Amino acid sequence: MLLPLLRRLLQLVGIVLAIAVLDFILLKSLPGDLVDVIASESGSVTPEYLAELRRLYGLDRHYLEQLVAYIGRLAQGDLGFSFRYGEPVFGLVLDRLPTTLALVGAALTLSVAVGLLLGIAAARRPHGVTDTLISGLSTLGYSAPLFWIALMLIVLFGVKLGWLPIGGIRDVSARHSGWRGSLDVVHHLILPVATLSIYYVAVYARLSRASMIDVLTEDYIRTARAKGAREGRVIFGHALPNAVLPVLTMLGVQSSALLGGSIVVETVFAWPGLGQLSFEAIKSRDIPVLLGVLLFSAVLVVLSNLLVDLVQMWLDPRVRRPRTASAAEPRARTEQPGRLA
Amino acid sequence: MTCRHSDHGENRAGTDGVIERAPVVDRRELFGLGGALLAGGALGSLFPREAHALTEAPVPAVENARAGGTLDAVVHPEPPTLAFFMNTATPTRAVVSKIFDGLVDYGPDLKPRPQLAESWETSADGLTWTLKLRKGAFWHDGTPFTSADVQFSAEVVWRRYAPTAKRIFQYLTKVEVPDAHTAVLTLSKPTPVIINALDVVAAPVLPRHLYEGTDIPNNPYNNKPVGTGPFVFKEWARGSHIRLERFDRYWQSGRPFLDGILWKIIPDVSGRANALETGLVQYGERNPVTFADADRLAKSDKLVVNKDGYNGFAGWLWLIPNLRHPILGQLKVRQAILHAINRDLLVKTVWGGYATPATGPVSSLLKTFYTPDTPQYPYDRKKAEALLDEAGFPKQADGWRFKLNHDFIPFGDDYRRTGEFVRQALRAVGIDVTLRGLDLAAWTKNVFAEYNFDLVSSWGINWQDPQIGVEQHYWSKAEAKGTPWFNASGYARPEADKLLEAAQTETDPARRVAIYHDFQKLAQADLGLLNILEFRWFGVWDARLRNVTNTFNHSQSNFAHVWFEQSA
Repeated sequence: MLLPLLRRLLQLVGIVLAIAVLDFILLKSLPGDLVDVIASESGSVTPEYLAELRRLYGLDRHYLEQLVAYIGRLAQGDLGFSFRYGEPVFGLVLDRLPTTLALVGAALTLSVAVGLLLGIAAARRPHGVTDTLISGLSTLGYSAPLFWIALMLIVLFGVKLGWLPIGGIRDVSARHSGWRGSLDVVHHLILPVATLSIYYVAVYARLSRASMIDVLTEDYIRTARAKGAREGRVIFGHALPNAVLPVLTMLGVQSSALLGGSIVVETVFAWPGLGQLSFEAIKSRDIPVLLGVLLFSAVLVVLSNLLVDLVQMWLDPRVRRPRTASAAEPRARTEQPGRLA
Repeated sequence: MTCRHSDHGENRAGTDGVIERAPVVDRRELFGLGGALLAGGALGSLFPREAHALTEAPVPAVENARAGGTLDAVVHPEPPTLAFFMNTATPTRAVVSKIFDGLVDYGPDLKPRPQLAESWETSADGLTWTLKLRKGAFWHDGTPFTSADVQFSAEVVWRRYAPTAKRIFQYLTKVEVPDAHTAVLTLSKPTPVIINALDVVAAPVLPRHLYEGTDIPNNPYNNKPVGTGPFVFKEWARGSHIRLERFDRYWQSGRPFLDGILWKIIPDVSGRANALETGLVQYGERNPVTFADADRLAKSDKLVVNKDGYNGFAGWLWLIPNLRHPILGQLKVRQAILHAINRDLLVKTVWGGYATPATGPVSSLLKTFYTPDTPQYPYDRKKAEALLDEAGFPKQADGWRFKLNHDFIPFGDDYRRTGEFVRQALRAVGIDVTLRGLDLAAWTKNVFAEYNFDLVSSWGINWQDPQIGVEQHYWSKAEAKGTPWFNASGYARPEADKLLEAAQTETDPARRVAIYHDFQKLAQADLGLLNILEFRWFGVWDARLRNVTNTFNHSQSNFAHVWFEQSA
């Protein structure tokens, strides 16, 4: 248990360093810098003023020098300073992190739960009516563009029916606090979470359906049925723990995609999260902020994958007791029968 | 010539462009009276301008004004910073102009109205400006506002940081403060444009006690500003909202009417339309929604869609031909390009009627300086083709005359569609145009730092004076590689330089206007820029909101006199 954790943490340091260097080089190779952006917003500046800004922001130094300085600060735990926002990057990112985590966390939980249930329901009788319906709907959800779904949900529930707020994270005019404040945030979460979930529910439904169908043909399921286990026990006690493994792997992979995919949803719903922050940062060449967001995301992704591994270890004894390869590698599932209850 | 504008009584009455106890019957008459008073009385004689009747007179009604209510407004995009004395981005202006007052404000007629300066006087040689400052004005932390604040701002902030002031006050040699409410600015050369550049953003006044001796670009108050304006900064939740509350010790008693302003940040354009439609916000300015949504919202009796209040924010769109380019360097080719573009159709289709064809670099909204009497290039495809033939670019065997890249200015869909329109128009006369979409930073770098372009679109604001908004695009000495929005075409014409430089120091207002008229004629004959259209910005607001358009620029109105007719 401890060794893989330690290994992961070591990996994390390497990943963070690699991301910092790579992103720095990539971002610096984009034409234009923050001072160009500030100057184009201002409309009327002098060359001396631009030179002064570049000197002030350290942009007049050689790229390599800037990179070394950045890595040096990073090693001391300093993510740098955003001259655009006039604030340290750490605070900026930390401010936005909870809002994005709330959105992504809620959407992931909902998608996995609903997706699994739909997948199981569909797998019970492949090509039956339920399956056809669920597969059809998930294909739709899978292919409809996010922003369109978002706008349609807003028009229906926000504008026409007036049931749900059309954007923002809380009703800033009302200034609720305490539990009413939390309720207000939940109220504002419904539409963005629903939008983000529609796609992922479809993904997980398809994935768990395929995996469930696969598992249900295994010998140990037949054995379980033969010894007289009830259907619910067969599905949830015997089949699900094995069927859920690929879904979990996918979840680990997608936790990163979700952080990026939420940019659209955050923009449409005026959700002040990391997605919007990084989008603005790209547009304005605010490299420290973008690097900060990317580093935070990298850490989140590594940590969530670690969590997925731990859950898999708990569910799957093969992962727990590796014979040769790295403990962290999830295995192909179909070679051996899984754990028998 | 000494211009005196120090009749305090009248100035005070006219402070928000409003006559508070006028024996009025009729809105039109009220406005006429206000205009007459401003033009002929307290503030006139600066420039021999007339009181300009607007298409629709703003309703300067503070009689029976109701105090109270918080205005929920949308600001877009989110301001990058509130350090308006360094970054003058428009959303920053919109928010900060409520928190800070300027030395003067301007009315819809673009005449100065006293704000922190109660009156101003210029010496006969134009080298000394004496500002009488308001007594009884306070910073939001309770510190009295004095001439020391103006002195510090002029000597440090204008000279080193404020982009417009840096240009306008380049001949400022010293600032003296004989008493706590007088500031005397001494110049080494007359600079008549100053009277048109004393607003809150052009000549920012910062609290000396919070800024002196500090690292100004990183001063902690930059993003939690302490101003003298009618609203106090309370909080900025990034990505969500900026909250302002009424300043109880504002220098003008009884103002502001509103209890506060809550700026909501809504990045998506349809999100803003929904927010206005559902009443989540009651005010949005500078084209907050698409043209199609504007027409839709205009039909609601709860909302007003209106184009007034932008005479000092007159924007126009032009094409920059790279004159270093062997083909675009030829005048006939540039004439042909203008003749090839049906600008009436462009205005109607792409801009939904929220624009009008431009006749030159000075917008018709900037009435004092505008002249329509300039060379024009109406839509005429045959003439365009003939000019291209004459210039020596006949159609080749493949049907094309030559190839061009057109990089539209990356400010959104309207500009992309304008680029598509231009491409289509030029292809129709045999110019093989490739349209390229770049992001702002890359586009800025290409156009202004490397002059690596053929034909690009660009836009700008006239502001209150061509010297602030137009000169930089035509003056050869303004060409400064790497500096956005300065002469990038490579236009260098001694006659144009001579006119622009004469206007910089001409102290006789009438003569100065005449110089700018000559300049506009020359600009349209030389076609250093291909002026395409003038914007007609629109705002959308709640029909109960009063006094919104009583400003030279929505994005810079301090909202002290804005009120809600019924409870909000």
